[in-house]
Amino acid sequence: MAATQEEIVAGLAEIVNEIAGIPVEDVKLDKSFTDDLDVDSLSMVEVVVAAEERFDVKIPDEDVKNLKTVGDATEYILKHQA
Amino acid sequence: MSPTNRTVVVTGIGATTPLGGDAASTWEALVAGTSGVSLLEQDWAADLPVRIAAQIAVEPGEIIPRPQARKLDRSAQFALIAAQEAWKDAGFTAKAGVDSSMNPDRLGAVIASGIGGVTTLLDQYDVLKEKGVRRVSPHTVPMLMPNSPAANVGIELGARAGVHTPVSACASGAEAIGYAIEMIRTGRADVVVAGGTEAAIHPLPIAAFGNMMAMSKNNDDPQGASRPYDAGRDGFVLGEGAGVIVLESEEHAKARGARIYAEAVGQGISADAHHITQPEPSGNGIAHALQNLLDNTDLKPAEIVHVNAHATSTPQGDVAEIKALRKVFGDDADHMAISATKSMTGHLLGGAGGVETVASILALVKRTAPPTINLENLDPEVNADIVSGEARALPEGRIAALNDSFGFGGHNVVLAFRTV
Repeated sequence: MAATQEEIVAGLAEIVNEIAGIPVEDVKLDKSFTDDLDVDSLSMVEVVVAAEERFDVKIPDEDVKNLKTVGDATEYILKHQA
Repeated sequence: MSPTNRTVVVTGIGATTPLGGDAASTWEALVAGTSGVSLLEQDWAADLPVRIAAQIAVEPGEIIPRPQARKLDRSAQFALIAAQEAWKDAGFTAKAGVDSSMNPDRLGAVIASGIGGVTTLLDQYDVLKEKGVRRVSPHTVPMLMPNSPAANVGIELGARAGVHTPVSACASGAEAIGYAIEMIRTGRADVVVAGGTEAAIHPLPIAAFGNMMAMSKNNDDPQGASRPYDAGRDGFVLGEGAGVIVLESEEHAKARGARIYAEAVGQGISADAHHITQPEPSGNGIAHALQNLLDNTDLKPAEIVHVNAHATSTPQGDVAEIKALRKVFGDDADHMAISATKSMTGHLLGGAGGVETVASILALVKRTAPPTINLENLDPEVNADIVSGEARALPEGRIAALNDSFGFGGHNVVLAFRTV
């Protein structure tokens, strides 16, 4: 069953918490991974791989650069999840 | 002093070892004659011929925040902990630049390890085989590269004068400190954070060292396994951890009113050019390094009252070092209290020179030579004054200590420190 927007944000918040140590409540749609959440380009790869597993979605490397905010990633996952 | 021959002093020390999470607790355990060796209880150790090691006393995960720790190989975690302790101990309150008493352009970092991020490399290879390409961590390369501990310490403390990683197997930590002394002496930097680190307690290095017949197989008596100079010694015990010091030009230290532990007198370096793993048995290669130390510094043999020996508990190596000390110092070697602290810490490979430099400096400051434990039957070829059983007081007055480190490849590094 496909995840809802709310479930995806909550899932991303857990992933970002695990990888960057940011409190889950600070991970919101308008937050930038790099500027607000202490996720650098290498850690972003980890976020992407974890999100792929969790939401059963493929996020090709060339699409990763477009995922600047939590909202971008949430929208991408909503659209592409199996 | 000309700007290219400046006096170098030690103003900070830090360590995380099998005996303690900092320099003070490590020193206490050394003086008390405590072994840091234990049986490896991990499942992966069950089938190994060697099932003992000197594991870290305080896990780095208890100190470094998880998001930072997961991007650092264990060897870099140890280095960072020891470097931060040494930095604080030297009286700095924040990274260079933020603490206005340290100009980042004049701060260097030289941290070495013998084999780099070996557990990261091997663990990620397991991930590749078991879970596939996509799951290999994007942090793998910056974690496994041998300069990673130095680079991370440099970033953390703001070292812009240069960050270096000399690699010479078990002499690496000492070579790093020697390199740092030269950076200051020749004017490239005013302060350098320097030392060695190693984290190689993993089945592959243990299997490999074990198959070389280099390690003690005394699984029945872990605490008695590392026994330098004892006639029954059968190889080294692998240890892990880091030792880091803050070196500083005397003028910079005095200008900021820093406490000075000791003078870093200098170093003697040589190479055996003999065999890739065996020491040159007559001790000529080591003697050459000791002679270089005397020729290149104002150190007098009469001042040297203590040697923290390399003495790993291997049959050949322990004897070659003693022969070299006799060859160069003759009867002066009679007044040198020789300690083999690897009897307690195990052999930290590239971390050894760092931790043993910390021990050598504290031996001068406390005027105490730590004991060599497990020495029951002195090898008759060891013609020297080994401090065995209990710690021993060192004389008053101006005294110096040597820290010897030798590595596979025939690398010989001798460092000298002196009271101020």
